[in-house]
Amino acid sequence: MQAEQTALDELVQGDYKYGFESNIEQDVLPKGLSEDVVRFISAKKEEPEWMLEWRLKAYRHWLTMAEPRWPNVFYSKIDFQDIIYYAAPKSMPALNSLDEVDPELLATFAKLGIPLEEQKMLTGVAVDAVFDSVSVKTTFQGALAEKGIIFCSMSEAVREHPELVRKYIGSVVPANDNYYAALNSAVFSDGSFCYVPKGVRCPMELSTYFRINARNTGQFERTLLIADEGSYVSYLEGCTAPQRDENQLHAAVVELVAHERAEIKYSTVQNWYPGDKNGKGGIFNFVTKRGICDTRAKISWTQVETGSAITWKYPSVILKGDHSIGEFYSVAVTNNMQQADTGTKMIHMGENTRSRIVSKGISAGKSQNSYRGLVKVLKKARNARNFSQCDSLLIGDRCGAHTFPYLEIANKDATVEHEATTSKIGEDIMFYCRQRGISAEDAVALIVNGYCRDVLEQLPMEFAVEAKKLLAISLEGSVG
Amino acid sequence: MTTTPLLQITDLHAGIEGREILKGISLTVRAGEVHAIMGPNGSGKSTMASVLAGREEYQVTSGSISFNGKDILEMSPEDRAREGVFMAFQYPVEIPGVSTANFVKTAVQEMRKHRGLPPLEPAAFLALMREKMKLVEMDQQFLSRSLNEGFSGGEKKRNEIFQMAMLDPALAVLDETDSGLDIDALRIVAEGVNTLRTKDNAVVVITHYQRLLNYIVPDVVHVIWNGRIVRSGGKELAFELEEKGYDWIKNESPAEV
Repeated sequence: MQAEQTALDELVQGDYKYGFESNIEQDVLPKGLSEDVVRFISAKKEEPEWMLEWRLKAYRHWLTMAEPRWPNVFYSKIDFQDIIYYAAPKSMPALNSLDEVDPELLATFAKLGIPLEEQKMLTGVAVDAVFDSVSVKTTFQGALAEKGIIFCSMSEAVREHPELVRKYIGSVVPANDNYYAALNSAVFSDGSFCYVPKGVRCPMELSTYFRINARNTGQFERTLLIADEGSYVSYLEGCTAPQRDENQLHAAVVELVAHERAEIKYSTVQNWYPGDKNGKGGIFNFVTKRGICDTRAKISWTQVETGSAITWKYPSVILKGDHSIGEFYSVAVTNNMQQADTGTKMIHMGENTRSRIVSKGISAGKSQNSYRGLVKVLKKARNARNFSQCDSLLIGDRCGAHTFPYLEIANKDATVEHEATTSKIGEDIMFYCRQRGISAEDAVALIVNGYCRDVLEQLPMEFAVEAKKLLAISLEGSVG
Repeated sequence: MTTTPLLQITDLHAGIEGREILKGISLTVRAGEVHAIMGPNGSGKSTMASVLAGREEYQVTSGSISFNGKDILEMSPEDRAREGVFMAFQYPVEIPGVSTANFVKTAVQEMRKHRGLPPLEPAAFLALMREKMKLVEMDQQFLSRSLNEGFSGGEKKRNEIFQMAMLDPALAVLDETDSGLDIDALRIVAEGVNTLRTKDNAVVVITHYQRLLNYIVPDVVHVIWNGRIVRSGGKELAFELEEKGYDWIKNESPAEV
């Protein structure tokens, strides 16, 4: 089994120059967190001294911090000494064919339209030697290398490109930024690193490749993406396929740096296990995502959040440079007992900066869905403009939708617009659809997809198709 | 001839929130026929349409509805629709972000699935939509617009008939389709309906006024009052009503005991 697993990993991760490192080891640390654990992780990753020092500093700071209690979510206290902070990638059961995979999971894959080979990857079925991932990667390798784009795992970047990592890590989300960011900084497991050189337009969505490699990056993922002057990159994170994980707590950090005139488009689909109907199990997803824009740069976050028991996430943009643009497009779906407190922060520092927020919250079952957004215009930010649209859709009468907009405006030139709506899928609209032969469940899917169109349009097309199906699946059983 | 009627409603009693609105409706509609249901406001016309289409807020307390020989009272609204019951709504809903084309496609593919037909290919579907839109003089730009969003009253009603054309139902119930239409829109809608008539389908026109019946000529006119059909007759009954007003019926009918 182990041999098969290794073979699988090699096939997936390979020895591709820009690929993820294949590092199969068996050791698992005992539960608990201490300086020794931080040192152990750093040593395992063969990190340079400065990286270890950075981690230790974060750890020491974390010890002085308290867990945030302001989000509108409720859960029992997390015991941070009851968590394993280092484990080699867990071996997935190597199966011989998809026939051995849980049929329910396969049914979900089929509904999502996930290609067969990718289904195998996700379930750990032994894959054909001819699996085209290799050729896909070869193509990637050629295309990316030609342009001088660096795209690799965080661990590899620390070793191979220490000057870049050292320069940028923590430059957007400092190690002491918040409780979970500090924890992540101390013990981050792995993640992705991307550097796009000056004037380069990344020739492809960094997506398919990432999806296949997304598993086992660990519960403390760290991503750093740098777009140098005048460059462009579109990055896709996550997977519509349901993701299970033994680790309940996930605390990721994502940092984006957009230099002068650069543009970063960052799309996320998050479908972590949300727990069962009664709220048992499910992932706690506490994420810090932030980007910084230099002059005339643009950062656009698009997220479709359907998973996790608890989501705590505010992808933000610091509009430092004049004429820079920040965008946030979000769909957050909660069903059953899920809780989401998500939104964004747009910090206008430069002159003529613009930001746009489109948030669509959908609550069903007994779930609670909160939008929390900050628009801050500093004194120097002349002619800053913001437009926010925050819509909530309720399905059924036992769920909740909440909106917490914060506006801090220190410049009277600023134009800030905030629109909010709350609506229900009413009997009239449901009956109309059903009278046309559309089942109640399909009607909800249709209505919800329409409701989210402004956000889904922002996703790369293929992914949008999957995301639509995902929304439908997430809301299954919400009417009836 | 003793063919099975397309629709057979027998002594139907139904109401909402414990209040009885239909107090024993019986109606037989055969394929190829057009029936008009007339009556003053609050007489139960629209309730009858809603109960027929399966709206769940209404409770049927007794009686039966048989469609094509099948008891449809236990069927969900979507199953009734798939069996061939179509209702043109008095107040069609708006669905933001869902294009008319996408909505109609979803409905048509469901219908085809139910009838054991393969889904229509996109090109064939588009061609079919274009053809049917001409029927009600609808501009193609409506296909990409959100369903009924920002449509005028007349455009919404034309969109209903367009959907009827796409779904090809055995029975179409037009619930006050004429309300809020100017004379041109009325003509277009009526001509659309007439074009769709065949010997195999039937139309039930629910209306307050005789006006629409100049264009869609009924075989039978029923007058409903206080939850019962109090009079049935030929198309001349509609003229009589128009002339004498509903008070004529109200005064002639026995008062509720």
